[in-house]
Amino acid sequence: MGSHFDLADPRFAGALVALNFAQAMEKYEPTLGLEVHVELNTNSKMFCSCATEFGGSPNTQTCPVCLGLPGALPVVNAKAIESTILIGLALNCSIAPYSRFARKNYFYPDMPKNFQTSQYDEPICVNGYLDVEIDTDEGPAKFRIEIERVHMEEDTGKSLHVGGSTGRIHGAEYSLLDYNRAGIPLVEIVTKIVPGTGKYAPQVARAYVTELRDILRSLGVSDVKMEQGSLRCDANVSLAPMGSGKLGTRSETKNVNSLRSVERALFGEIERQANRLESGERVVQETRHFLEDTGLTRPGRSKEQAEDYRYFPEPDLVPVTPDAKWIEELRTKLPEKPSTRRKRLQTEWNVPDKEMTALINAELLDVVEETIALGAEPTRARTWWLGEISRLANEKEVEPTSLISSANLAEIIALIASGELTDKLARQVVEGVINGEGSPADVIAKRGLKVVSDDSALMVAIEAAIAAQPDTAERIRGGNIPAAGALIGAVMKATGGAADAAKVRELLLKHLGQA
Amino acid sequence: MSSIRLSAAELGAALAKGEITSVELTNQHFDRIAEVDTSVHAFLHLDKEGALAQANSVDAKRAAGEKLGPIAGVPLALKDVLTQKGIPTTCGSKMLEGWRPPYDSGVVTKLKDAGVVILGKTNMDEFAMGSSTENSAYGPTHNPWDLTRIPGGSGGGSSASLAAFEAPLAIGTDTGGSIRQPAAVTGTVGVKPTYGGVSRYGLVAFSSSLDQAGPCARTVLDTALLHEAIAGHDPRDSTSINSPVPQVVAAAKRLDVKGMKIGVVKEISGEGFQAGVRTRFEESLQLLVEAGAEIVEVSCPNFDYALAAYYLIAPSEASSNLARFDSMRYGIRVGDDGNRGAEEVMNLTRQVGFGREVKRRIILGTYALSSGYYDAYYGSAQKVRTLIKRDFEAAFTKADVLVSPTAPTTAFKIGEKSDDPLAMYLNDIATIPVNMAGIGGMSLPCGLAPEDGLPVGFQIMSPVMQDDLMYRVGGTLEAALNSKWGHTLISQIPDLQVR
Repeated sequence: MGSHFDLADPRFAGALVALNFAQAMEKYEPTLGLEVHVELNTNSKMFCSCATEFGGSPNTQTCPVCLGLPGALPVVNAKAIESTILIGLALNCSIAPYSRFARKNYFYPDMPKNFQTSQYDEPICVNGYLDVEIDTDEGPAKFRIEIERVHMEEDTGKSLHVGGSTGRIHGAEYSLLDYNRAGIPLVEIVTKIVPGTGKYAPQVARAYVTELRDILRSLGVSDVKMEQGSLRCDANVSLAPMGSGKLGTRSETKNVNSLRSVERALFGEIERQANRLESGERVVQETRHFLEDTGLTRPGRSKEQAEDYRYFPEPDLVPVTPDAKWIEELRTKLPEKPSTRRKRLQTEWNVPDKEMTALINAELLDVVEETIALGAEPTRARTWWLGEISRLANEKEVEPTSLISSANLAEIIALIASGELTDKLARQVVEGVINGEGSPADVIAKRGLKVVSDDSALMVAIEAAIAAQPDTAERIRGGNIPAAGALIGAVMKATGGAADAAKVRELLLKHLGQA
Repeated sequence: MSSIRLSAAELGAALAKGEITSVELTNQHFDRIAEVDTSVHAFLHLDKEGALAQANSVDAKRAAGEKLGPIAGVPLALKDVLTQKGIPTTCGSKMLEGWRPPYDSGVVTKLKDAGVVILGKTNMDEFAMGSSTENSAYGPTHNPWDLTRIPGGSGGGSSASLAAFEAPLAIGTDTGGSIRQPAAVTGTVGVKPTYGGVSRYGLVAFSSSLDQAGPCARTVLDTALLHEAIAGHDPRDSTSINSPVPQVVAAAKRLDVKGMKIGVVKEISGEGFQAGVRTRFEESLQLLVEAGAEIVEVSCPNFDYALAAYYLIAPSEASSNLARFDSMRYGIRVGDDGNRGAEEVMNLTRQVGFGREVKRRIILGTYALSSGYYDAYYGSAQKVRTLIKRDFEAAFTKADVLVSPTAPTTAFKIGEKSDDPLAMYLNDIATIPVNMAGIGGMSLPCGLAPEDGLPVGFQIMSPVMQDDLMYRVGGTLEAALNSKWGHTLISQIPDLQVR
C-alpha cells in the first residue's frame, strides 16, 4: 500500500514526520463508526404527498408542508415506516413498539422549518448487527458490525452557493435553494463503535457499506445510488496508540460518494491522524470533507463545542406504534440475504471462488442471474459479462449493463450453443447490438453473419489449406493428429471465423483418412 | 331594519324563511364595521369581495332549493392566525405583513363548506401570545363594554367583534385561554373544544400540543352550531381525533341538568379573585342547584403548578415553531442590501419582525430546551402536565363537569399590565389547566361585577370528547340567568361611543 499522504500538499507544510499507512498501523489502533443515510424510494415525501423523483426542475415538487409554510402540518408516510422496519429486521434489530419523532433545531436556509423532524432518543429500530467478510493476509475473515440504531428523518433542501471562493455560504455572492429534496424520507443507520479491525479498517468499512447497499437493494426500499446521494456514508474514525485500550478523538468524513471512496477516505484520514499524533499534535474533533481527486480530506465544521440542537418530542406527530403482528408479517416477507444468495448462486452456477469475487466486485451478479434466467448457460453467461462485455465497457468507460440487455446477450449465447454462431461471430453481433444496429437477429441479417455449415464450401477451404501446407497434411496422414490444429486455423482464417471449428476438424480428419 | 343584534340561530332561521338574504345580512355587518371599527379595532383585514361572493352563492343555492346547513349565509369573523387562501394572514405580527397564504386551513375549508360568510380577519396578540390583544403589531383592540379597557387576548378581536355586533359568529384559538378569557371579559361565549376535536391544519402554531381552534358567539346555542360546523377529523392533522363529533347542538338545546354532578375545583374557585367575579360565580352555582344539579367540591392539587409548567412548555414549542420565520421564503425581509449574508438578514428580520413578548417567549423556550436545562425545565413541566391530567381524571370520577370562574378579574385598562408580564400571565390561571390536559372548556357570561359593571365569565370543563356535557350545563345556566334577569347580558352593553 503506497502512501496516501502527500507531503507536497501545502496543507501539510511543516509536518516533519511522515508515516505511511502500513507504518501507521504498526503504532496505532483505529476505531470506526459509520453513519449511513439512505433515501427511501417511496413515491411521496416523508410528511406530505409531494413527488420524490430525482432531478425535477427546482422547487416544482413542493407544497405548504415541505416548504414549512405557517400552519402546515406533517403526516407520516406509512410506506416509509414499513420500509424502515424492513431495514431494521434485515439488520437483526429490535423494532420498538413505541417510538417518537423529535425536532432537531438549528437554522439553515435549506431547512424550511429551521428544524429537522427526526428521531432522537426513541428510534424505531435498535441493537442489530451485520456480518461482513473481507480478504485478509490469513484468508477470508468475518467481522461483525453492531448496529446501534436505525431511525427515520426528513432530508433538507439543496443549496447552491454562487460566487466566493469556497462554495460555502460564507463569502458567497448569493445562494440558490431547491426544496425538491426537502422532506424526502431518509433512514439513518448508525453503527456502534467498531473496534478490532486493525489495518483492515478501510476494507471493513467498504465491505459494510457494500453489504448494507446490497441488503437495501434486495429489500427494494431505496435506489442506493451513492453518486446521486441516495446512499451517503459519514465515516468516523479515531486512532489510539496500539495496546493503549483507549479511544482517540474522532473525525467524521463526509462527501464520500462511492464504495471506493469509503476505503480511500479512511486510508487517507487514518494516515493524516497518525501523522498528526506522531508530530505531537492533537486530532481536532470535526467534520471533514472528502476530496475525490486527491483522496485527502479538508476540515469542515468543528465539533469541539457540541452544537445544541434542543431536541424535544415533535408535538405535531403522534407516536409510532407498529402492531406486533404486522412486524412478524413483514419479517416473513424479508427477501433472501445477499450473502446467502451469493453462496447459493455460486453453488448453482459452479463458479470458482476467484471468479465469484470478480463477479461481485464488478457488480454483475444481478445481470448474470437475469441472463441465466433467460435461458443462457451459466458458464457462458458469466464469461461473456465478465469478459467481452466488461472489456468493451471499460474501453468506453461506462457500466457493462448499460451496453447490452441481458435478453439480447441471452439470445446470442443461445445461438452459440446451437452452433449457429461461433464465438468470433458472436463478438461481431455484440458489437453490432452495441452500435445500435438493432437486435441480434437484425445484426446477423444485416451483416450476413452466418456459420458456414455447407460441407462443400468448407471442403474447398480445406483443400486450399492442404495445398498450401502439404507437409503438415502428410504428417496428419501419418497419424500426427495434433498437427491438424494448424490446418484448422488456416480454414477458420480463410472463412473469416464463420466456420464451426469442430465441423472443420471432422471434415479435415476424414479427408486425410484419420476418422 | 338591521338584523345585526340577532343570534346566528335566529339569522339562520330568517335566511331559511327568505326573510332576509345573506347578501343583505353581509352588507349590514360591513356597514356596522364601517361605523364602529375605527373605535373597536377588531378587524385587521376585511374581505368584502370574497364575503359577498360567498353570500351570493349561498343565496343562489337557497333560491335553487338546495338544502343548506343551519348557519349557511351567516357572517363570521376569523382570527388572523388561521390561513385563508389569498387573504392576508399576519398573526398580529409585523413578520407576516403582506403574506397571503396559498391554502385554506382545515377550519376555513369547513366554514366554506357550511356556507358561512367570512367577513375578515380579526386582531390578536402577536402569534397568540398575550391576554389583552395589546401585543398586536397593529395596535390594540378595545373592549366594546368600555373602550378604555382590554377585550382579553389573544383572541380579543374575535370576541370584541361579537360584543360590538360586527359579527354574530367568530373563530378563535385557545392555547392557554385565548378563546375563553376574551369571551369572559366581553360578555360573550367561547369554547375550546377537546384537543384534536377541530383541525389544526392551517392554524399558525404557537404551541402545537396546546393550540386548539374553537367557536365564539353571543349565545351557547350559536357556539354549538359553529362548533359542529368546524369539528371533525382532518387527515392532514395527525393529532386530529378520528371519532364522531360530540352532539353539542342537541346538548345546548337540552336545558336540563337534573342529576348531573358539577365539581367546583377548589384550587381555582376564587381565592385571590376579584370579589364581583366570585359573587357572580357563586350565584350561578346556586342557579344550577335550583335546576337540579348537585354541586361537589373537588381538589386538583397540581393545578398550583399549571401556570409555571405552561410557561415552560408553550414557549419551548414556540421557540421551535417560530424558527421558520427567517425571511427566506415569505413574510418581511430586513437588511438584504446585497452585502449582508443570509444569517445576518435572518437576524435583522427577526429583530424587527417580532415584538417584545414574542422575543421574550422565544428566549425563554430556547433556554428551557437547552442541553443541561432540558430535564429541569421542559422535562419537569411535562411531568407536571401528566399530573394535571391525572388530577382531571380523578376529578371526573366525582363530577360530570368541572366549573370555575374563567378569569380572576374583569377587563382591566389598556396599558395597566403591559409592563408586568407576570401579572398578565396570571389572567390565565384558571384556563391553562384545560389546555394542559387537552380537555374541553367553555366560558359563558354570568353577570356584571357589582363593583365595575363589567362582564364576568363562568367556565365549564368537560372530559375529552365529551364536549356535549359543557354545552348541556352552559345552555341550562344561560337560560336560567336570562330568565332571572329577564334579558340577555349582551343586550345590556352600553351604546358604543364611536369616535
